[in-house]
Amino acid sequence: MQAIRLLFILLLAAYSQLALATLPIQLWQTSAGTWVYFVESRDLPILDISVDFDAGSSSDTPETSGRAGLTLQLLNLGAGGLSEDQIAKALADVGAELGGRFDQDRAGVLLRTLSSERERKQALDILGRVIQHPEFPEDVLERERARVITGLKEADTKPDHIASRTLRKMLYGGHPYGLRGSGEIASLELLQRKDLVDLYQSRYLAAGAVVSIMGDVSRAEAAAIAEALTKDLPQGKPDIVLPPVMAPVAETRRIAHPASQSHILLAYPGLRRDDPDFFPLVVGNYILGGGGFVSRLMQEIRQKRGLAYSVYSGFSPLRHEGPFEIGLQTKKEQSEEALRLTQRVLADFVAGGPTKKELIAAKQNIIGGFPLRLDSNKKIIDHLAMIGFYNLPLTYLDDYVKAIDKVTVAQVKEAFQRRIKPEGMVTVVVGAIEEK
Amino acid sequence: MRLNRRAAALSPGLQVAVMALALLVIPVSSEAFANPHEYTLANGLRLIVKEDHRSPVVVSQIWYKAGSVDELNGATGVAHVLEHMMFKGTKKVPGGEFSKRIAAAGGRENAFTGRDYTAYFQQLHKSRLPLAMELESDRMRNLILTKEEFAKEIQVVMEERRLRTDDKPHALVHEKMMAAAYQSHPYQRPIIGWMNDLENMSVRDAKEWYDRWYAPNNAVLVVVGDVNPKEVFALAQKYYGEIKPRPLVPLALRKPQIEPAQVGIKRLTVKAPAKLPYLTMGYHAPALRNAGDDWEPYALEMLVGVLDGNESARLNKELVRERRIANSTGAGYDSTARGPGMFYLYGTPSEGKTVVELETALRGEMEKLMLDGVTEEELARVKAQVVANHVFRLDSMFYQAMQIGQLESVGLSYRDLDTMVKKLQAVTAEQVREVAKKYVQDDSLTVAVLDPQPLEQKFPTAAPSGLRH
Repeated sequence: MQAIRLLFILLLAAYSQLALATLPIQLWQTSAGTWVYFVESRDLPILDISVDFDAGSSSDTPETSGRAGLTLQLLNLGAGGLSEDQIAKALADVGAELGGRFDQDRAGVLLRTLSSERERKQALDILGRVIQHPEFPEDVLERERARVITGLKEADTKPDHIASRTLRKMLYGGHPYGLRGSGEIASLELLQRKDLVDLYQSRYLAAGAVVSIMGDVSRAEAAAIAEALTKDLPQGKPDIVLPPVMAPVAETRRIAHPASQSHILLAYPGLRRDDPDFFPLVVGNYILGGGGFVSRLMQEIRQKRGLAYSVYSGFSPLRHEGPFEIGLQTKKEQSEEALRLTQRVLADFVAGGPTKKELIAAKQNIIGGFPLRLDSNKKIIDHLAMIGFYNLPLTYLDDYVKAIDKVTVAQVKEAFQRRIKPEGMVTVVVGAIEEK
Repeated sequence: MRLNRRAAALSPGLQVAVMALALLVIPVSSEAFANPHEYTLANGLRLIVKEDHRSPVVVSQIWYKAGSVDELNGATGVAHVLEHMMFKGTKKVPGGEFSKRIAAAGGRENAFTGRDYTAYFQQLHKSRLPLAMELESDRMRNLILTKEEFAKEIQVVMEERRLRTDDKPHALVHEKMMAAAYQSHPYQRPIIGWMNDLENMSVRDAKEWYDRWYAPNNAVLVVVGDVNPKEVFALAQKYYGEIKPRPLVPLALRKPQIEPAQVGIKRLTVKAPAKLPYLTMGYHAPALRNAGDDWEPYALEMLVGVLDGNESARLNKELVRERRIANSTGAGYDSTARGPGMFYLYGTPSEGKTVVELETALRGEMEKLMLDGVTEEELARVKAQVVANHVFRLDSMFYQAMQIGQLESVGLSYRDLDTMVKKLQAVTAEQVREVAKKYVQDDSLTVAVLDPQPLEQKFPTAAPSGLRH
């Protein structure tokens, strides 16, 4: 154990030397009031940009469910005087990629382009139009609405989708986090162009947006880029207050489905981005079901008994308590056995906490593997955008490693006992054994 | 879903995607000539090292030239089952220890099986590369296969089959289409294997497979990262150098199993619980054999780009956006493979439209292309994407290693990358039209259709529950 500990200290020392030196984040505000997070990197001729808005699915209501998702989806389908086809061609002509990111909190637009002058200029011109001058053409809205609805009808036949959709509703009840990101067929059918425009005007605000820039440009160039991307964004400060997340009503739902496997999901409200229990819960989750092949769930469910191909637990931190979720799939006939075993592994872990050995192994992996989380421009810009959107300190990544290092067995046990109630979980089994 | 990708058989659909990417690649600059570095050990193990010093990490992948294509009837899926069993321990490193030690080193690890290869990888801080080599070289020769571990793991693999194929209508359609399109070539069989073969597989099947194919002279070790190539070579020599080569059939001498010419259209229907129908059309096409002499595979690659390479490409523009016949549609082509290639068109009709209408529309697009050809503008657009995508992919060390490993295990070389790009850039509009005319024709076509069934009904496709052993 001494040797392991020593190695561990060495890893941490090695890590802390490189971390700050390798990720110097620069931060400033554009004249429109948007915060900009920038990391310069000249290794590859690539420029990545992410613009994130406080316009995730929690800005929907049950009546407008699907509005936020559709708004994001339509941004690049007609903007700044260009048709969707002109936009698509202009991007493709320079090999640029435009993508989106969407969850309960966030709606984001991501651009990846070559950093060479011609390519970069053309791609940035399109990005500027898309986020500042979207047009939401009526006929495009009709078509995209129909495509989303068709997609939902299809998704509602899939056991994994039925399970996660049901689980989310059970977990959050009437809280906006319980709304399905892509919306409901009934609410989508009623959405008008004006609804999308209103959402855009009230949520895609300069003062609430975050621009992240990573790659092959200078600070001065980055400043000019951020300025051009935000000067015409709607003015104003977002004023968003979500109700607190309440503990759910414990319940197990069993839903019939013809699939050969049952999809089993369990959930409880989990982590906030600024959560004081963040690190003990993250370390504990690694031990319980986050650590790939070596976790307790993987050992008990798959390795010892061959009950499932995939079994995991995980936190998805959000502004408010994001879901803590456990999931697995197993053939129908043994689904109740697998569910009972999963519940027992969770209950044992919460009651007894991790062993000292498990804690050390978890820290070794999280700390020793930290460089792998930052080994590409893509991974770095995702971190920048997250740090910016949730207003985390610039030293977040270094603090992260140090905070993991400090977590104790007692903290993990205490935090899990206080935050995760095995008897209070919401549970759904899709493809349950049919009663005869 | 999440991180549980472990021991994944690349699903046929995914494999198409990965293969297509492998060709759309070009070297950026002349410095590519000094990097990668190549060594061959006396026992036949090839080592390819690519330096990438952006981050203090390394990825190590070992590729065995044995995949589902090398399996025999009655033992389909054994390549992938063995891949799972490779984590079950050796004398020196007992079951579960491999993963524990890699995890304790801050590493990530996994494996995947394809039609043409089986590969294992670790990603770690560069200082831990010796550990990865020590563990990986150990299980190349010293794996212990027991009945007890096999009995549990085969259950896991059957769960994987249920998850990825049996309960996934589109995957099922693809599986059955391949089974129909090839009448003799082993590409007719799914990588994960037929369920009945899995049910009747024994630890002896796995052992035979291991003994036949797992040897240094059937493997390529690819290392990409913040490393010194000479040091990596010394490490490989230290950990792999002592392993003896085994007599086995080299890639070039394996039976070609040439597929007999298809002499008429084949059609099939797959019933499964779903809401929307789905259509996939597969045309026999050549795969890349000689990177310098061939031209057709490059033209087919560009054809896919013109049809489906970007948002403004033909299929999306015409069928989704303008005519609104499809909810989604696309094209694909697997060009780098040991066996034959295939060119695909696929899609989901819009609500109210049928698969017949979608098929007619897809055929219409192909006819138009054969008649009028493609424009220089379209071709230039696809070429611009080829250039950009190559640069973008340099952002991932893992992908760089994948590219090298894939080419090497299908009988091409990482050195062909240069040539492949030049040849892609040189494709003319007339060549695109020519390959379309030559290969997109009914006599070599297989059409598979998903006939969606309501959820309330019972299905014969669900795994029969009475077959437990």
